Parts: sequence; structure tokens; C-alpha cells
Amino acid sequence: MRTISYREAAREGLRDALERDERVFLMGEDVGRYGGSFAVSLGLLEDFGPDRIRDTPLSESAFVGAGIGAALGGMRPIVEIMTVNFSLLALDQIVNNAATLLYMSGGQFNVPLVIRMTTGAGRQLAAQHSHSLEGWYTHIPGLRILAPATVEDARGMLWPALCDPDPVIIFEHGNLYNAHGDLAEDPQPVDISSAKVRRQGDDVTLIAYGGTLDTALVAAQSLAGDGVGAEVIDLRCLRPLDDATVLGSVSRTHRAVVVDEGWRSGSLSAELSARITEEVFYDLDAPVARVCSAEVPMPYSKHMEDAALPQAEQVVAAVRRMGG
Amino acid sequence: MSQTNDRSATRLDPAMPGEAPIAAVAATATIPDGDRRVHLLREMLRIRRFEERCVELYSHTKIRGFLHLGIGEEACAVGVMEALLPSDSIVSTYREHGHALARGISMRATMAELEGKLEGTCRGRGGSMHIFDASTRFYGGNAIVAGGLPVAVGLALADHLRGDQRVTACFFGDGAVAEGEFHESMNLAALWHLPVLFCCENNLYAMGTALDRSESETDLSLKAASYRIPAWEVDGMDVLAVESAARSAAETVRSGGGPHFLELRTYRFRAHSMYDPDRYREKTEIKRWEERDPITTLSARLSEEGLLSSDALELIEADVAAEVDDAVAFADSGTLEDVADLRRWVTSEPDRGAGVP
Repeated sequence: MRTISYREAAREGLRDALERDERVFLMGEDVGRYGGSFAVSLGLLEDFGPDRIRDTPLSESAFVGAGIGAALGGMRPIVEIMTVNFSLLALDQIVNNAATLLYMSGGQFNVPLVIRMTTGAGRQLAAQHSHSLEGWYTHIPGLRILAPATVEDARGMLWPALCDPDPVIIFEHGNLYNAHGDLAEDPQPVDISSAKVRRQGDDVTLIAYGGTLDTALVAAQSLAGDGVGAEVIDLRCLRPLDDATVLGSVSRTHRAVVVDEGWRSGSLSAELSARITEEVFYDLDAPVARVCSAEVPMPYSKHMEDAALPQAEQVVAAVRRMGG
Repeated sequence: MSQTNDRSATRLDPAMPGEAPIAAVAATATIPDGDRRVHLLREMLRIRRFEERCVELYSHTKIRGFLHLGIGEEACAVGVMEALLPSDSIVSTYREHGHALARGISMRATMAELEGKLEGTCRGRGGSMHIFDASTRFYGGNAIVAGGLPVAVGLALADHLRGDQRVTACFFGDGAVAEGEFHESMNLAALWHLPVLFCCENNLYAMGTALDRSESETDLSLKAASYRIPAWEVDGMDVLAVESAARSAAETVRSGGGPHFLELRTYRFRAHSMYDPDRYREKTEIKRWEERDPITTLSARLSEEGLLSSDALELIEADVAAEVDDAVAFADSGTLEDVADLRRWVTSEPDRGAGVP
């Protein structure tokens, strides 16, 4: 075991993929000479050259579409979009092309493309660099949506994503890059289909992913002090959802709180709440609760941003309101 | 015939590799011999008669949804496809029946697709706007205007990275030029010197909006040239001009000359789609363009030169009619995809093989 940052783990994942398969290349804004806007790809240009670590103009639609074309043409592109906010400029390519070509072509053309992007708030970047829009992408059939929350997943999700014959989007929460965790000396690819129980408990299920996993774990620690056993589920794969793990836990604990940095209206948290209600309603001892971001464009000032984001105390309070 | 864009050449003085050879090749391009020209005529007739039958089938409700006809624009499809190799790739638009047929996709499968049948190119899942065919490297059938351009750039990027000597021909209309994806793609293709042949079918209207009502600069070749992409204006009503320009450009692109741009000046004789009442243009304008019909002008020329007798033309017409009849019969007798397969190919089925053999 060794201690490593999430950023370094993601970089190791990239390096591993580039070494494993010569069809793999990385392209995006400032991934090369600059070293990546979050320094994830720092040093890769020197080792793999400008053809495989490819700087692009600020043309999200063109370089995401080019990723789709290159994937159709037999390559295994990794496209980095600086943030999820900028990905909206490429939404046409992702939704109308990447997600549809296999189906529209009657099974002829699959798109083995991986898109990585940052998401989330917490760094005082205000309303055009902070939103958690991954829930929108989970609406789209044909896409697999991943959210690594640990260094192991940051390191291990990329290669299986590249082995997936269809488009995969990996959301890296910007707050996590400096987080550290333990990683095996010889880390292995991880599964990209299932949720994981990060802490076991019998009294309530806290469902989180990406940037909110730590919030849920802090809340669980606090609840433990009160004698409440909280089980924490890290969704990991946001589409398709691992219903079995979520529903199995909730039907055992009888209570569920969804912790999501996205807004609650029309959201991933709404989807989780609906599935729990549809499938295990009679196992519930209390209505499903949600702790989400305030429905405002993200403010800049620190105290206002904190007030807008899901906090561990809110999770604890939500559990306490469930009583019994 | 083809001509270089003088304005771009003088204004921008592009020192692009391939610029000079293109002009030279274009000027000396071989005029197709008689048989070859008759072949081009036949290919255009196949598209025309196919689409005329589509109109009938639409009124009989055998074809539904949007149906965009390229009647009048056949020279663009046939001229460009003649210049490509089987190893090249094509990215097309929602007005793509002509491209599909000229590329060699079977008329049977194309018609079956329009009728929504399992035997169609895409199991009836795409319809008129989404014809795809892996065996001829035909990457759609893209119905988002300009949405195919970035994909074409990516296909060319893959060829560049793999060292494959392939051209990706990317069709789009004048309407696409107003989209950001057009400009992003021009820039990327030029910046990375990728083997894309951009084929702009300028039929003067984006649905019902005339070019001069949507573009501050209506010289489309100039826009391409501003990205340092060698650009030609070509008479898109003359299949020989299109074929000659496309052949020269494709050869240069294939040999490493970077992206090239053909502005094919053409016109659609019929409305934008079957829903379009065509209120936005004068009948006299349509009439003027119909006099330049790429099919009748070529057959008249061939006849004048003694290369095509009226008997021979009748024979071709009969052959084409028989092929269309056969395609319709094939489509009519086709089957419908099992509803049990509704959810198949949202994601891949590596163990079950491709959807269409």
C-alpha cells in the first residue's frame, strides 16, 4: 500500500491506458503543454508525444465529435472536457451522436469513447464553473456514467471504461484532486457496474457518490456517536444504476437519505427516491429524504457557497427527523 | 467546370501543401469517355427515379416521417462518389438517399429502410434521415445540421493516427455554414492537416431561409479559405464538373494534402420536405434552375455528341424502372422488426454480433 492523491491516481490510470493500448490517446483543452487544467495529465506529453497527448482549440463540440469519429475509426480516444459546464457546448455530439449511433444504425456502429470531465463546487468558482450536471447525463440511454470517489476508482475506472464498446463519461469532482488515499502497489482495474458499501450499518442508508461520499461518511461517523448505525453506499456508476445494492440496503435499514450535490428538481436524487419508493415502499419506516444543493446558481462568496452545498450536519438532521 | 477560388487565392495566398498541384490537376483532369459519362447519367437516373417513387409511396403512407428529396442535386452525389475509393469514408446528412445509392448501398435495402422494414440498412430504425452502412463505410444519415462535420474530422484523425491513406468525404448543406460546428470543424481539420474532403451542397436555402438572408458573407468558399483550406466553387448541376473537381481534390487529400473544400452550387427542385409548402421562393426561380437539370442536360449533350441514342436512353430508363420496381417489391414484402428487440443496441452486444451483417 502507498498513499497517493486522487490527481496522481487519475494520472496513473491515464499512463496505464496509454501504455496498454496504442489506440488510446488523450485530447482536450490544455492537456499537453499546460499539463492539464487540473494538472492531471502533467508530464504525459513528454512521455507519449503530441499525437497521443493532443492539445485542442476551445472547440468542445468539434473535439468531442472528433472523439466520436476517431472511436468509429478504430481508435480508443479519451476526451477531456475541462468542466461539466463547458460540456454543454458539446451536448449535441454527446446526446445526438455518441448515444444514438449504435441504435440508429441498427447495431452497426458502436462508439468506444471515454469522456472525462470535472464537476462540482467548493472552490469559490461561482455559477459557471461549479455545477453538478452529471444527473442530466444519467437521463440519456446509451451512455455509461461513472463517478470515482476514491483514489482506487480514480486509478482503476479508466481502463475498463476504455474496454467498454460504448460511450462512457467519467465525472471527477474538482474537490477530490488533492484528496489522498491508500492504493495498492500494483492496482488492478475495478468493476464499473456496481455500487459499493463504504461503511456498514443497520439503521439508515446514506446514498452518495463522487464529491458527496465524504459528506455522507462524516455524517455516518457523527451518527455513530449517537448510536445510529448508518450504511454508506457509494453509487460509483450513475447509469445504469446498481438497483440491487441500493434496494437491498434500504430494505434492510428501512430508511434512506440521498446526498447529491445536484439540484433536487428533475434530478438523479429524484430518480433514486422514485426507485426506492417504487420497489421497497413497504420496507420503509420513513419517507425517503434528500440532501441536495440549494436551487440557486452557485454563489462566489465562501459562506454563501457553503450554505448552498449539502453538508454533513444536514444529513445528520435528516436522519434525526426520521425518528425511531 | 471546376475553378479555383480566385479571391481566396489572392487574398489569403495560402501556402498550403497541395494547393498548387490541385489547380494543376483540375485544369488537366481527364474528361470521362462516352461509356463513363453514360454511366454517370445512369447513376443520376437511379437516384431521380428512386426519389420520384418515394413521393408516390409517401402519398400512399408507405413512407412516413420526414422525407427530404435531393431531386435536382443528383450530380453532387454521383460526381463525388465516383471520385472515391471503397476504402474511403462518407459522412452524410438527412438528404442522403442519393449519396447512399451512388455509394453502392443497395436500392433494396435503402427502400426497405424508408418503409421501416427489418431488411432496411438499419432494421428500419433510422428511416429516410438515418441511412448507415458499415460495409461501404457510410456513417449516416446525420439529421442535426452540421453535426456530422466533427465526426468526419474524427474519422480523418483516426486515419491520420493509424497511417491509413483514406479520404473522409463529408457532405453538408449551406445551412450548416451558419452553425458553430462548421467553423470549429474547419479549424480543427486545417490545424491538424487531416484528410477530409468537405462537400458543401449549396442549394441556396436552409429549409426556407435563403442564403443571403442568413449569411453576412454568402461566398462559402471564402469561409473555408479563411481557415487556409483550399476551396473550389463547382457547378453542382454538372456531374462532369463535380466528378473532375472531386477526383482532383480527393487525390490530393489522400496523398497528404490536408483538407479540401468543394462548394457544389446546386438547387433542389422540390420542397425541403414533404411538409414544406414551398412559399419562400418564386416559381420562376425554380423554372430557371430546372433548365439546368443535371440529367436532361447531360443526356442532351451525350445525344448531340452521338454517344447516346434515344433507344439506348429508353433502355437505361427501363433498367432503372425495373430496379426501382424490384426495390419497392422487396421493401413491400419485407418484415417488421420484432418489438421484443426494442431495447437491443442501446448498448453493444459483443457476444451477439452486429445488428446488420
